[in-house]
Amino acid sequence: MFYRENGQFKSSYAADQQLLPILQDRVFMVALVAFAFVVVPLVVSDYVFLSLLIPFLILALAAIGLNLVVGYCGQISIGHAAFMAVGAYAAYNLVLRIPQLNFLIVLVLAGLVAAAVGMLFGIPSLRIKGLYLAVATLGAQFFMDWLFARVKWFTNYAHSGSVQTAPVELFGWSIDSPQEKYVFLLAVLILFTVIARNLVRGHIGRAWMAMRDMDVAAEVIGIRPVYAKLSAFAVSSFFVGVAGALWGFVHLGSWEPAAFNLTLSLNLLFMIIIGGMGSILGSFFGAAFIVVLPIVLNQLPQFLGIPMSTAMISHLEFMIFGALIVFFLIVEPHGLARLWAIGKEKLRLWPFPH
Amino acid sequence: MARNWPVVLLCAALLVGLALPLATGASPPGFYVEVLLGGLMTGVLYSLVAMGFALIFKASGVFNFAQGAMVLFAALAVARLAERMPLWAAILLGIVVMIALAFVIERVVLRPLVNQEGIALFMATLGVTFFLDGFGQTVWGSDIYKIDLGIAKEPVMVLQGLFQGGILINKEDVAAALVAVALVAVLALFFQKTATGRALRAVADDHQAAQSIGIPLNRMWVIVWSVAGIVALVAGVIWGSRLGVQFSVSLVALKALPVVILGGLTSVTGAIVGGLIIGVGEKMAEVFLGPVLVKTFDLAGGGIENWFAYVLALLFLLVRPQGLFGEKHIDRV
Amino acid sequence: MSQRGNPIGEVILSVEGVSLAFGGVRALTDVSFEVREHEVRAIIGPNGAGKSSMLNVINGVYHPQQGTIRFLGQTYHDMDPHETALAGIARTFQNLALFKGMSVLENILTGRNLRMRANLLLQALRAGPALREEIEHRERVEHIIDFLEIQPWRKTPVGRLPYGLQKRVDLARALAMEPRVLLLDEPMAGMNLEEKQDMCRFILDVNDHFGTTIVLIEHDMGVVMDISDRVVVLDYGKKIGDGTPHEVRASQAVIDAYLGVSH
Repeated sequence: MFYRENGQFKSSYAADQQLLPILQDRVFMVALVAFAFVVVPLVVSDYVFLSLLIPFLILALAAIGLNLVVGYCGQISIGHAAFMAVGAYAAYNLVLRIPQLNFLIVLVLAGLVAAAVGMLFGIPSLRIKGLYLAVATLGAQFFMDWLFARVKWFTNYAHSGSVQTAPVELFGWSIDSPQEKYVFLLAVLILFTVIARNLVRGHIGRAWMAMRDMDVAAEVIGIRPVYAKLSAFAVSSFFVGVAGALWGFVHLGSWEPAAFNLTLSLNLLFMIIIGGMGSILGSFFGAAFIVVLPIVLNQLPQFLGIPMSTAMISHLEFMIFGALIVFFLIVEPHGLARLWAIGKEKLRLWPFPH
Repeated sequence: MARNWPVVLLCAALLVGLALPLATGASPPGFYVEVLLGGLMTGVLYSLVAMGFALIFKASGVFNFAQGAMVLFAALAVARLAERMPLWAAILLGIVVMIALAFVIERVVLRPLVNQEGIALFMATLGVTFFLDGFGQTVWGSDIYKIDLGIAKEPVMVLQGLFQGGILINKEDVAAALVAVALVAVLALFFQKTATGRALRAVADDHQAAQSIGIPLNRMWVIVWSVAGIVALVAGVIWGSRLGVQFSVSLVALKALPVVILGGLTSVTGAIVGGLIIGVGEKMAEVFLGPVLVKTFDLAGGGIENWFAYVLALLFLLVRPQGLFGEKHIDRV
Repeated sequence: MSQRGNPIGEVILSVEGVSLAFGGVRALTDVSFEVREHEVRAIIGPNGAGKSSMLNVINGVYHPQQGTIRFLGQTYHDMDPHETALAGIARTFQNLALFKGMSVLENILTGRNLRMRANLLLQALRAGPALREEIEHRERVEHIIDFLEIQPWRKTPVGRLPYGLQKRVDLARALAMEPRVLLLDEPMAGMNLEEKQDMCRFILDVNDHFGTTIVLIEHDMGVVMDISDRVVVLDYGKKIGDGTPHEVRASQAVIDAYLGVSH
């Protein structure tokens, strides 16, 4: 009844091409952002920040990045955690070696380094198709794992191979408390979400989707596969590299190469399959899901009075992840994002479905 | 032929690399042969797992990422069952478990996803991987388990007349390699000579055509997934007896992926040759190239065999996208 | 066809002695023909005559072993699909090759990609020039949407459209490239009579309104003969006839090919 676009006529193509063409969506989005910035920091406990919101914000960013290359451009990657690692170690070395550098510049540079490395491993996508690329990106994963564990320069000759970071400082603002971290990450995520939306609505986004849907036809129409695929890898790795740097500096504080291993890559894939491939919103759903599920699993047995070991819970988590992937692929290949869209469609017609 | 020169060049470079430690005198011949044999033995295992993989790909078009998880799952099953019964019984029971698994996967995953695109099927096997990892550890436990094949592990000295100091080989490794070779041969025969094998090849060429001449697709899938499961079990048992049954076994088994890429996705010959090339290549690289790298770049240890297989496969891909024995694909519009 | 807006002009595209083989199978043998500006040129022949291969050679998907292609005064030994698109050749596909994850509007907009210049950074920020460019090209595309009468389905995912409409979107996408030459690969295959008539009308309108030179393939002689200026007939990869529909229809070789006289 209240969610309608009746009477909202677009009189120019510019109006029709806005980020959110329906008025109610715009109002809702503004309210949501205001709520996230103002209300959440006041009411939420440190525990929720540290174990839920902060990981969620960073993983959502990484999932958007992976979604750009897998969901939008159709190029499979099972090694994206490697590019997160590149971002994290690039940021670590930049901060270490050029201490006076502003952290925002560090983030951009770390993203650029990750983009360059991502492009390098994307080169095989020009000669090979689809699933072969899975192996190439898996190789990237194992190679990067090895590189950061073995080449001492990257970890500044740390004896244990693990690196430590000081709290991030930005224009004299030390981002130290959970609230501050949350606000900073939220701002970064919103910025990158808008960028991602802009890109997929622009001609580069259409080139990516064209490559995904029908590559021969895309080429005949004049889209250059080299440019489309490599740009997807580069932009995707940029996003993921920034996410990696944030994961290291803001979330972990200190980490080992194993923090960015194959399991993380597979988790990222899980997020976009569950959330929705080729959907920015879906990346948010997927990230939320993967953060919330373990906490629910930890609380639920206690709540129900069933004793369960932590090991058992983590095994259960894997089984649920696996079952959900298969379930979604069979029942709703477009993931939670499609379910959301269907719900919204129903709301638009409610209460008169005909 | 002229187009093949990059492949020839790459192979030549590989051979030169292989000969280098001997030619420069960096390695005594006896030690060199030991490393070579070690590589071949690992290679046979790679070939084995890769054949299971190629079978599945041929028959159902599924790029099975769960191959590694299947190896771990089977090894866990055998290790834990063997605590309660003789090894042979544990292996038999393990085979039954793997066949049951094939039935379940066919029914729950493959049948609902029939005619989906390759990428969706691949992601489904990702789900299977997650599930098997969790399920295996729930049912069988998550510690490190031992499998004792009952063959003495002490090394034996052979060919003392030929090489100074002789060559050390492990009896168990030899037995394992022989089993693997036998299985590879059986599989190759099965594929080339039996009616089921021919039917499988027909399915691989054209699903719809195969179905229309009365080949039951679903049964074929169960068969190939069962075969892949049994192969995974054998590989898992052999690896388990060497490394202990633990999570890293599933990562080792993932090397079947670069192997099939190098050999050509749909080729059984390719899987065998690819396995041997990668087994030998990475072992040689680890033993001879590794220390050189560590010294030159002051690395914190070797371990290049973790990624060498992938890099090798990628190099081959860049010069020959269809792999060594794969068929060239022509796009139709 | 006398009262058309654009009189038939000079030769714009010529295929000279093209031979193509896959492995040992010959798909095309020494095929030559010319296409004049603004004309509607049909390539017909029975199934397997090499018609699709011919189109694929012209737009660079297949590379011939022998022969050359002259387009707008340039000589090419083989074409590359991207280069071909830049030069001004567009095509539609026999088995629909639309981007099924995108809306009708987005599909047609991909045809403008070739002409869109805004770099990655401008697009990321949707800064002035990028936005202006989007709107400018959107206007062009809307014109084509009006022309082909697909306004109501603008925002619909193409996968949900009926077959005949999808064919029209395919045509719209090719038109969005503003090509000099438009290749149509069996534009009427699988259509009912009414849809065929619609498609014929659109093809003639495109030719008339935009002045686009049209090369189309069909294996069904009927409709094609009515809308084509000149016809090439292929059989077993060889040219067996070339001329006006009237001449071709009278040719003994063509009649034999269609009636299946053994070779």
